[in-house]
Amino acid sequence: MNTGEKEHAELADVFNKDEARVDWHDETLWWIRAKRDRSVHQLPEWEDLRETASKIKFNVLSNLSGYLEQFEAQAKANGVTVHWAADAKEHNEIVHRLISEQGVTQMVKSKSMLTEECHLNEYLAEHGIEVIDSDLGERIVQLAKEPPSHIVLPCIHKKKEEIGDLFHKYLGTPSNMSDPQFLTETARQHLRETFLTRKVALTGVNFAVAETGEFVVCTNEGNADMGAHLANIHIACMGIEKLIPQRKHLGVFLRLLTRSATGQPITTYSSHFKKPREGQQMHIVLVDNGRSVQLGREDFRNSLKCIRCGACMNTCPVYRRSGGHSYHNAVAGPIGSILAPNLDMRQYADLPFASTLCGSCSNVCPVKIDIHDQLYKWRQVLVKEGYAPTVKKIGMQVMTTTLNSPGIYRTAGKLGRIVMRLAPFAVNNGLNPWYKHRDMPTPPKESFGEWYKKNRK
Amino acid sequence: MTSREKILAAVKQNQPEPMELPDIAFLKGDPEGVIEKYSTTLTNVGGKVYRVAGYEEIAKIVKEIYKPEDRILTLVPELAGITNEAFQPSLTAHHWENVELAVIRGHFGVAENGAVWVTEELMGHRALPFITQYLAIVIKAEDIVPTMHEAYIRTADKTSYGYGVFIAGPSKTADIEQSLVIGAHGPRGMTVFILD
Amino acid sequence: MRVGLFIPCYVDQFYPNAAIATLQLLEKLGCEVVYPQNQTCCGQPMANSGFEHLTHGCNELFIKNFDGFDYIVAPSGSCVLHVREHLHDEHDEAKAVDIRHKVYELTTFLTDILKVESLPARFPHKVGMHQSCHGQRGLKLSSMSELVAPAFSKPGSLLAMVKDIELIELNRVDECCGFGGTFCVAEEAVSSKMGKDRVADHLQHGAEYITGVDMSCLMHMEGILKRQGSNVKVMHIAEILNGVEN
Repeated sequence: MNTGEKEHAELADVFNKDEARVDWHDETLWWIRAKRDRSVHQLPEWEDLRETASKIKFNVLSNLSGYLEQFEAQAKANGVTVHWAADAKEHNEIVHRLISEQGVTQMVKSKSMLTEECHLNEYLAEHGIEVIDSDLGERIVQLAKEPPSHIVLPCIHKKKEEIGDLFHKYLGTPSNMSDPQFLTETARQHLRETFLTRKVALTGVNFAVAETGEFVVCTNEGNADMGAHLANIHIACMGIEKLIPQRKHLGVFLRLLTRSATGQPITTYSSHFKKPREGQQMHIVLVDNGRSVQLGREDFRNSLKCIRCGACMNTCPVYRRSGGHSYHNAVAGPIGSILAPNLDMRQYADLPFASTLCGSCSNVCPVKIDIHDQLYKWRQVLVKEGYAPTVKKIGMQVMTTTLNSPGIYRTAGKLGRIVMRLAPFAVNNGLNPWYKHRDMPTPPKESFGEWYKKNRK
Repeated sequence: MTSREKILAAVKQNQPEPMELPDIAFLKGDPEGVIEKYSTTLTNVGGKVYRVAGYEEIAKIVKEIYKPEDRILTLVPELAGITNEAFQPSLTAHHWENVELAVIRGHFGVAENGAVWVTEELMGHRALPFITQYLAIVIKAEDIVPTMHEAYIRTADKTSYGYGVFIAGPSKTADIEQSLVIGAHGPRGMTVFILD
Repeated sequence: MRVGLFIPCYVDQFYPNAAIATLQLLEKLGCEVVYPQNQTCCGQPMANSGFEHLTHGCNELFIKNFDGFDYIVAPSGSCVLHVREHLHDEHDEAKAVDIRHKVYELTTFLTDILKVESLPARFPHKVGMHQSCHGQRGLKLSSMSELVAPAFSKPGSLLAMVKDIELIELNRVDECCGFGGTFCVAEEAVSSKMGKDRVADHLQHGAEYITGVDMSCLMHMEGILKRQGSNVKVMHIAEILNGVEN
């Protein structure tokens, strides 16, 4: 989907044209949040786990270069080829080269938000490589020619009837068939054929262990494993922040990840890839793409602790009512809003403002990223860097002048109240965004300041 | 400068002052009642649990559920009798496409999430536990740990594997309107036999 | 005990009753309360919009107005949170830090400093309590639904002292109302939808009044209620605790 230059507020406005659908979207995600709550309340040690995970991740960030070198050495010793990509372009080129070397033009891919961030599918398509996404949700949005709207639940914005239509059009299911069981079975048969015939499989990485050089991929569907174990070559792409120090730390993160994401105690499959199987090639692509820059931003480096559980999206009252696509970025929601400006301040200047700073995101974050505080801090940075609209700048200046002077404030306040009391039409008009769905407060005859003067000395 | 050098240099320059790793030894589970807890948890995530006295009982259950013409493979020597086909190692997994049931051994179960830890030498081929329509895993009753912390302690000295996986239930998805559907790409069912 | 009364600008201008109730309540509880008359605003609207660098004037004014009190109390979680986190003084940061530690949201002041155990108030109505985010998650006025921690509520414990009040349950105990300062106009569609949904939860459970510690959230919900032609009213918690029934 091409969202063009539109900003979050505009795209959210479009999303809100269909209120029943907003309600459905909101309720669906709230249900997942509720499942998460039930699940985490079964662990009395939950807050200790979060704190521990946060500290482990800080240790990782503070010694990332060392862990990267250790991981590379271990992986190589395990017979895995390690590639380094400074940016999205280099990542895409590496993957393309590895596919071309096999002399094939097709690849099966399990979920990887990194490849979404790098726009790998588009790049490969331009170079004549057909990619089939094997995660059901990703396959659905791929058929719809849309990006995922959620990092864990890629097609959470789609109704089953729409999915039925897509399957009818592309996979030959009967029309008006929207039963999830039937559609999933259809995808299973369709993708089995893909798994059995693809020589190259790409997966993402949930965690990579510096100590042993292994990496862990978590899925419920088994699609990463079906792809990797049936292909001649397995390419695993990961951001450099996915490292953890030792195997035993996986215990902490695997306990947190799925409970936060969907409320499950663990994903069906937590696959630990260490060595290629006999006759197979295994490649790891380590991608920077702005991460080393974010690491240097003291106020924002904690965002690199993210383990991509999506809990902040499910709990975000704004995300639930604006949909993932309104964030016009591979990673939507609160975490996307603090990651995206690092990549491009101009393009994503609107995202840190797409929040009420309610703080629920920080509370559900399994690695305790101070998400809402970072949103506040990004606002300061973006305004200082000159990305605030002029109208807003003027408005803020007027407000500042008024509030800096008690005299002007009192006069302005009185005028405002008189205007609102005597001429509601002057204020309550269509140009006032407040008034579109809300009434203005009834202005009192006197302010508290005026009352105080009369009633207290 | 290669990208490797470039990335490592940038990371080194921008990473914060070293911060110590926290001690995680205090995180441990309760060993009380792990078998019951395991059974409940695995059942909740769509798996099936049988507590059995011996291999004969497993064989009996398998024969009751599966038809003689179903293709069954097992990597458990004590269960050789459940199938006419001996497992043949192969580099390509594709001819296991129509396997109905695969029965393998697992190292241990994890009570808090229903998972079983399996490494590739128990699988025959890495693809087998995924490509089979149904999966059954045999573990011993004494081999159930409370949480993932004990799980990683237990596998600390068994790092020689090339591939290992925690499997917790059948393959599933809820990608279509959050409706849970069992049998996404992997097995449509997962049974764990707990051997006393 | 000398208490400086900090009345947020929009409360001063639009909700004087909430301010009067706060003043009377504190006086009733034995505080010597002074309202510095040159106060305007804490500067939060600018800061949350990314213009914290324009808040020097507001900071200076705030410090000038509230220097020397034992405590500074405001009927607002949001404004207090802003002062606590962002009040600075270029020339005398120690003074700013001192003031930051002395500023209290009303209900916390009542429970933690005055340690109020009973109130003479009566309010025979069905009331929904709105947890405003900055008070709840920012100032930790009550336990949060996201965390695994014992349940508590400072405003809730005070409302429990009010005679004949009936507090209703909500489906979503601490969802944001969508006000969010300039968010309410910059993101009008999402903001008003959030407000509608929050109000609906209260209405569904039979609220006659919606109360809370932040008038800004209540103003937002009042705007929605009025537009819907509802008879349900919003009322700042100070007015209920002060026993005034409108």
